[in-house]
Amino acid sequence: MANPLKCDLCSKPATVHLTQIVNNKVHKVDLCEECAQAKGVTDPSGFSLADLLLKASLNPEVTPAGVRCEQCGFTQADFKKHGRFGCPACYETFLGLVTPMLDSMHKGTAHAGKVPQKALARKTLHERLSRLELDLSEAIKAERYEDAARTRDEITKVKDAFGQKPPS
Amino acid sequence: MTIASLIDSTSELTDSASSKTAIVLMTRIRLARNVADNPFPGWAKPAQREGILALCTEAVAATPPMKRSVAFGIDELSELEKQILVERHLISRELSGTKAGAGAVISKDQSVSVMINEEDHLRIQVLRSGFQLKKAWAAINDLDTELEDKLDYAFSPSLGYLTACPTNLGTAMRASAMMHLPALVIASQMEKVVRAVNQLGMVVRGLFGEGSDASGSIFQISNQTTLGESEEEIIKRLGSVLNSIVEHELNARQKLLEADPGKLFDKIGRAYGILQNGHLLSTTEAMNLLSLIRLGADLGVFPEAQRCTIDRLFIEAQPGHLQHVHRGEFEPGQRDLLRAARLRGEFANFAKPNFTLSTDGPN
Ligand SMILES: [Zn+2]
Ligand SMILES: [Zn+2]
Repeated sequence: MANPLKCDLCSKPATVHLTQIVNNKVHKVDLCEECAQAKGVTDPSGFSLADLLLKASLNPEVTPAGVRCEQCGFTQADFKKHGRFGCPACYETFLGLVTPMLDSMHKGTAHAGKVPQKALARKTLHERLSRLELDLSEAIKAERYEDAARTRDEITKVKDAFGQKPPS
Repeated sequence: MTIASLIDSTSELTDSASSKTAIVLMTRIRLARNVADNPFPGWAKPAQREGILALCTEAVAATPPMKRSVAFGIDELSELEKQILVERHLISRELSGTKAGAGAVISKDQSVSVMINEEDHLRIQVLRSGFQLKKAWAAINDLDTELEDKLDYAFSPSLGYLTACPTNLGTAMRASAMMHLPALVIASQMEKVVRAVNQLGMVVRGLFGEGSDASGSIFQISNQTTLGESEEEIIKRLGSVLNSIVEHELNARQKLLEADPGKLFDKIGRAYGILQNGHLLSTTEAMNLLSLIRLGADLGVFPEAQRCTIDRLFIEAQPGHLQHVHRGEFEPGQRDLLRAARLRGEFANFAKPNFTLSTDGPN
């Protein structure tokens, strides 16, 4: 094989290849040594491909009880009680709970409308700025003054991109 | 500008009703938006709510449509003032029921209102008289883009605008039209229409939304789903549903006129008589009578220009507006007396009905 397969979970070269039929569909999973060990693939009785596929496709299982939203402390029980979420980050925490609901609730399951371009661009700039500021303080600490000067110029450029509005 | 002067000035709904399609009284679009990294209003602590209220009030008040506007915290309003704003569809009942840390910004012409800390941080609304889905969308889209320049919206590329309730995800948009459908009501066809509209993914509600009755034969039709379609697609779909409801209403009117004009004119004539001479009118009865007069104006029994008088009276017959005019709070029984007196005054000089029109008159 010219292109060695990558592990579905960590993208190291895969050495374990599995095939299973679930719901009349053929599913293939390729794993590296370590992941195969960690997932118990080497112990056939304790291994479920469907379970693994679910995780590999980034579809987390329904949130286990006791999980709290890191941002706001919301739990699945709170949602059952209020029918509303606690904060925007809850949608990441409880994605496994939300996803099956969307199908019956909406016309589709993926956003097809307006995108807040300005807000997203600003967010990207913010992230870039905080990364540069980190670089700067590291450069100064390490007495790499040329790097520091370059980073400082870069920071000025990014701040200019915000226009007159100082980053809030 | 103060809330009192806002209430006393003319509103988009009551004074520019010159719609060509008489059947659609008003178009309204609402967008739900939230500020990233902040708990939704229902889960936020009082201090967080106050912070969001201040942040959003400032951002909203700085947008062009809000150059002349009034901003207020809900706790600054009297019960009567809140009721009047609800009757004008400028704030929701939910917002008027909150105690602290919530508010609204309303433009002077009352065509734009933004509720803050209702179910979501922002509930942006644009209201237009008549059938104006596209214009309303253009206006609210611009305002939303202005706001996004000042506020970091909670947004996910896959789920769209993140809202407290998953039923609003995606575009987080509700577009709706308020429709006057007296012939479909008289012909007992509304149930059929509601069922058909539901199957097309649209919802039918009464005049004041969820759970309210359809007094005055006025219904609100809006999109039910928000995720999986673009705003334009939703508006297009709603628009075609509305057009087909208009068609059904016109057909029903034609049928009533052909089948039994005497029966229809009797209803309109009696409504006119009661409005001119009645002494006790509940809100619902007044709405139903006014609805018949409006139908009369559409059919040419009354001059078409009178339609906007009726649209104004639809609002002014509501309990909040009535009490505001009479500067006081009154028991429902007293209100019915005052309402009838008010309408007698309005109808003393109203055009006389002309029943000589042919059955293929206007509309
Ligand atoms: Zn691996
Ligand atoms: Zn949360």
